[in-house]
Amino acid sequence: MLPAIAKSPPVGRVTLTGQCQIKPLDLIAVKPARISYLDHAATTPMAPAAIEAYAEQLRVVGNPSSLHAAGRRARSVVEAAREELATIYGCRPSEVIFTSGGTEADNLALTGVYRARRAADPQRTRIIISAIEHHAILDPAQALATNEGAHLVVLPVDANGLVDCEALRRELADHAQETALISVMWANNEVGTIQPIRDITALAHQHGVPVHSDAVQAAGHLSLDFAASGLDAMTITAHKVGGPVGVGALIARRELTLAPLLHGGGQERQVRSGTIDAAAIHAWRVAAADLAKNLTQRTTNEQHLRDRLIAGILKSVPDATLRGIDPTGPDAHLRLSSIVHFTFTGCEGDSLIYLLDSHGVQASTGSACQAGIPQPSHVLLAMGLDELTARGALRFSLGASSTQEDIDHVMSVLPLVVERARRAGLATTAPARS
Amino acid sequence: MRVLAAMSGGVDSAVAAALAVEAGHEVVGVHMALSRNRNQFRTGSRGCCSIEDASDARRAADILGIPYYVWDLSEKFEDTVVADFVAEYEAGRTPNPCVRCNEHIKFEALLDKAMALGFDAVATGHYAQVIDRDVIDASGETVTMRELHRSPNDAKDQSYVLAVMGPERLRHAIFPLGGYASKDEVRAEAERRGLSVSNKPDSYDICFVADGDTKGFLRERLGSRPGEVLDTEGNVVGEHDGAYAYTVGQRKGLALGRPAPDGQPRYVLGVSTKDNTVIVGPSELLSVNRIVGDKAVWFAQDILADASLTQEGSDWFAIEGQVRAHGAAIPGRARVVPLAQAVDLMPRGKEEFAEKCTRVEGASESQDHTALVEVELESPLRGVAAGQSIVLFRGTRVVGQATVVASDRHATLTNSAQSAAVSA
Repeated sequence: MLPAIAKSPPVGRVTLTGQCQIKPLDLIAVKPARISYLDHAATTPMAPAAIEAYAEQLRVVGNPSSLHAAGRRARSVVEAAREELATIYGCRPSEVIFTSGGTEADNLALTGVYRARRAADPQRTRIIISAIEHHAILDPAQALATNEGAHLVVLPVDANGLVDCEALRRELADHAQETALISVMWANNEVGTIQPIRDITALAHQHGVPVHSDAVQAAGHLSLDFAASGLDAMTITAHKVGGPVGVGALIARRELTLAPLLHGGGQERQVRSGTIDAAAIHAWRVAAADLAKNLTQRTTNEQHLRDRLIAGILKSVPDATLRGIDPTGPDAHLRLSSIVHFTFTGCEGDSLIYLLDSHGVQASTGSACQAGIPQPSHVLLAMGLDELTARGALRFSLGASSTQEDIDHVMSVLPLVVERARRAGLATTAPARS
Repeated sequence: MRVLAAMSGGVDSAVAAALAVEAGHEVVGVHMALSRNRNQFRTGSRGCCSIEDASDARRAADILGIPYYVWDLSEKFEDTVVADFVAEYEAGRTPNPCVRCNEHIKFEALLDKAMALGFDAVATGHYAQVIDRDVIDASGETVTMRELHRSPNDAKDQSYVLAVMGPERLRHAIFPLGGYASKDEVRAEAERRGLSVSNKPDSYDICFVADGDTKGFLRERLGSRPGEVLDTEGNVVGEHDGAYAYTVGQRKGLALGRPAPDGQPRYVLGVSTKDNTVIVGPSELLSVNRIVGDKAVWFAQDILADASLTQEGSDWFAIEGQVRAHGAAIPGRARVVPLAQAVDLMPRGKEEFAEKCTRVEGASESQDHTALVEVELESPLRGVAAGQSIVLFRGTRVVGQATVVASDRHATLTNSAQSAAVSA
């Protein structure tokens, strides 16, 4: 218990400071040589043409609801955008309800449809959602259950994150009359699994139940046709397709009654009051048009990079498990071209993020944060992962600006990052008490 | 060096991080999330665990231009600090959760993770000094000893709560505020750098007891366990709702039905969770001058060497003992007694020894589980409870620390010390 130290040691050099006197180790490069942004699912850079359009429109005064020339000019910009967005997303212009973004559109769909449908028939209290929805769906659904008597029905998913349509069939067979609405996302934001929307709408329409889909993640990487999908409502947002943050839309069939959430000036066919953001809508239109024109070429590029990154990780990082649909398997078309999602045994997501960030690679754990704390993903848990495995999640999401250099950059640091994160994981998961 | 700055959202840790940046280190700010459900913890500018605190820390990191992350240590915090807090009270002891947090969270979970991720040190906003001193070891080699010393700021000195970390952990700790003599100086430093937390009030209370009601917090976790309050003769003088909620030295909240025969106020002298009784008595019985501690951590191998420490224990050596974070350090002496002979140290003998001295919880590599420490003080201390830390100083230097397992009045003290005790 005692190291050998001579009695009454002579006092040597005494440095009386609060600073540590440990000798510096070899410094790792303070500034990473390259930055690779691989978190496009969180938000993607604005298209240069959209930035120009945005700035240009900001210089012009005019409230689209005003009756004078300036108002008419602004209104004209908004309506032109509405028409072009309607063309891009396969709907009628009158079906586009502009909102402040995806979260508001999701809240409007859930709450607006629930309240209207329940008011029409009080027995319609059931809301069917999937287990892998974004919090913008989960949380308003939960709020309706807590505050407004809704009965929440959660559809399970399989190990790849695909919604169980059989469960929906059974649920509707028993409870269609009591169902207010169904909401299933078009493509999952964490693992990129594309859902069988047409199967779901076909089932629902046999029973006359409306279906909403959060298509926020799908919009940047798939060609969406609202009319052909059979959906009654669909959420899209600008900042995932190269437009600005702060504008989105709920596309909703005119036959679908929506109780408004925001009351006021009566804009957007009395469903969504609030001054219409002409500049943001204009910029969104430009970005969406730019993307639509180049969609095939961009998704082909993304898919190529995605598969290179997946193959690279599987080859050079031990104990890495790809999550979601196998891109080399028969269902490859059910995986978004942009999403690479792995779990790394023994790692904590926050360690992976820190280490990658310090090497210039910007990625995500993929799951929602509360004050920056990564929570174990409800999506991965729904796919059957245990909490410990789910904590080692890492998502790279690609976008229009992604290149082969980004992939090479990731591969040059990831094996070491994972090894180091594993050591950190061991340091903190050892039991504290014997 | 690559330095991880632990940033609570308060002014001290923000300035500590700033000083680390200015010393030329590569600094990364980390805020520890200690509760998954952050509303359970204090909100407002009071503690270190609310969402507001996390965003204050983030703003400070932004201003300093350093990366910032939140690390979720909530599970570990619950398993160690909170669980230990409840278990200690349940066992009739008085824990110090800030000591346990330094032991298990800041200088164990956080530090270990930082080391594994490639950091060289962890910087915190604690007020204490680290002093490196070159000494000649037995083989004639010069080795650098790292010493822990008090801060020159008496009011803020935190060496008491840091001593638990032990010398190995101290090698990777930096306390940039160690040399600051006053909190005002630190606030001025914060203001000079535009850190908006400069006027944030100090935190005092236990961060995970949301409303400051420790008794209520314990009752929620442990339930109601009614029992009797006894005087030193064993007479029932009142009732209680759970012995765990009483602390040695406590006077308020006893709600005794019968006044003491002499009319003097009565204090909690002891808590027996085994019999679910609280013992009360006059103030003078609270005074103790002999304290026995276990789980010792030593920072001063040279002093132990001078005291001829072997497997058979040590000679007495001079120290000053302190049992509270901001209590006085009382001159006295200490010695190391091997566990095999330690039964004789316990005031209630074998039974107390078995009850108190066989716990090996959260054992860290610096803790000594083979011996107890016996401390005799020249003047008595009041209200020393099992579970508290006793930290041994020599001047400003921390010699070591132990967890109190027993205390009493010892007859072997000098007459002058005894008369001082009686008159106290």
